[in-house]
Amino acid sequence: MAKIRSKPSLLNIPLVIFSIFAIYPIAILVLNSLKSRRDLGLNPSGLPSEYLWSNYRTAFNTSNFANHATNSMFLVFVTVFLVLTLGGLAAYSLARLKPRGSGGVMVYMLAVSTLPIWLYIVPLFFLWRQIGLLNNYFGLILLYVALNSPFAIFLLRSYMVRIPREIEEAAIMDGASKLRVLTKVILPISWSGFLTVGLVVALNVWNEFQVAFILINDREKLPIATSFFAFQQEFGNDWTLTSAVGVLVILPVLALFFLFQRKFTDGLVQGSVKG
Amino acid sequence: MQSTKRNLGSWLFIIPILILHLLVVALPAVSTLYLSLTDWSGVGTPRFTGLDNIKRLIFDDDNFISALKNNIRWLVFFLTIPFIMSLSTAYGLSQIKRGVMFYRVSLFLPYILPSVIVGALWGFLLNPNTGVTNFLDRIGIPGFDKALLGTAGKALWTIAFIDNWHFWGFLTILFLVALQNVPRELYESAELDGANEFQRFRHVALPGIRPTLVFMLMMVGIWSFLVFDYVWVLTRGGPAGSTEVLGTLVYRTAFGDFEAGYATLQGLGMAFFASASLVAFAILRKKGWEI
Repeated sequence: MAKIRSKPSLLNIPLVIFSIFAIYPIAILVLNSLKSRRDLGLNPSGLPSEYLWSNYRTAFNTSNFANHATNSMFLVFVTVFLVLTLGGLAAYSLARLKPRGSGGVMVYMLAVSTLPIWLYIVPLFFLWRQIGLLNNYFGLILLYVALNSPFAIFLLRSYMVRIPREIEEAAIMDGASKLRVLTKVILPISWSGFLTVGLVVALNVWNEFQVAFILINDREKLPIATSFFAFQQEFGNDWTLTSAVGVLVILPVLALFFLFQRKFTDGLVQGSVKG
Repeated sequence: MQSTKRNLGSWLFIIPILILHLLVVALPAVSTLYLSLTDWSGVGTPRFTGLDNIKRLIFDDDNFISALKNNIRWLVFFLTIPFIMSLSTAYGLSQIKRGVMFYRVSLFLPYILPSVIVGALWGFLLNPNTGVTNFLDRIGIPGFDKALLGTAGKALWTIAFIDNWHFWGFLTILFLVALQNVPRELYESAELDGANEFQRFRHVALPGIRPTLVFMLMMVGIWSFLVFDYVWVLTRGGPAGSTEVLGTLVYRTAFGDFEAGYATLQGLGMAFFASASLVAFAILRKKGWEI
């Protein structure tokens, strides 16, 4: 049995340094969010002399966090739902039914997934403005679904291709329709792929800046990342407050990441390699 | 007859997402081909102006050239620094037993943070009056006496450093996953042949993950021309245009100057350079590289 060489070697030294490099800035964000402004001025990168948990209440209220978080939650849920249903249907067909010409769809999705957004966002912006989809979540969600669906289709398809044919065939013999086979047979087996895609898409939408920055201008309607940017423009000098809002923004992301750590990393890693 | 009907039914599963995608991506992208040759401002009817825009882009648009140069600097940075950091770290991780999970999580963490937060955080850390750079300056390390993001020659590299802080851990885990599929026996027989650590990395690990490595070089080659978030959040292209990249330039042309037609041509220019690495990839493959 091949074994990993177990030298508790010098390799650990650079690894520890790199880990500190990755975590320390995030720790500073959290620590600074708990300081008073005076404390921060005297001591910008150490522990707070007093932990001011009330900063979070101030941050929550001043940044109108509830409103913007709700906006983003709505965008996340609708986008994830549409990507999973529309992408799941397409993935099933591409993996199993393979109608004539569907290979072209794979090529199309592969090609467009590398297209710069600047190739289509300018005409789309003015089109959306003309038909009233600017400053409108429907207009934003359509683009989010389009941007996330190639990755979703590739990943879900790769899960479905691996399912043994015999499992479906029994259901088909019993006269089940294709849609029934998908929902009753394929879905329960490949749910972990759906969960992975859902998590990655949720992360993408929650963190998304560029598209929302272009398509949504109304201050009230801004999703969370763009609202943080607007907040920072206004209150950036108050770094304790800005840090506290920042922590609130990343809290749901961190929570989901630690809950589904493996799925997140696998999903993001596979997403870039296959899509 | 039966098979045509079956085909149609199967297409019904694909059509909804395909139509949505064609509508918001393919159609506007195709319309760009025409709009890029017009003087369209975003409203009203675009007027066809022949090759005027193209002449302007090639001969008369210093902003485009300097933005393109910045994207090429960005490309050089991202094809080297993150790859050196992540390949060596991933190799190290693949050789140890204990604590791999801890390193995996902590190195990956920056990647899941939104660009706006990372930008604000590092803007603070590099603030000349408060942050870490202030400390580095006080203990006498040269080069930190001025605001890194406010100095023309340094700002772009500083933004690249910040983006890389967020990106390289992702690349590390990606390579680690690939390295874990390299058969252990290959390392052992190399060791028996007297290969040292570096030789095992060079002659076993690297060839073992070559497809992943080449693919990521290609993707990073594409992404380097699309950068927008980090530049906009940290400097908006300043100071004095020294960090302007194609992404921020197209944004400004379309939504600041309302030269929508010309902006789409700049966007096409961006797509042209971004696809260069796809072409390089295809050529290498044709030359018989197994990638």
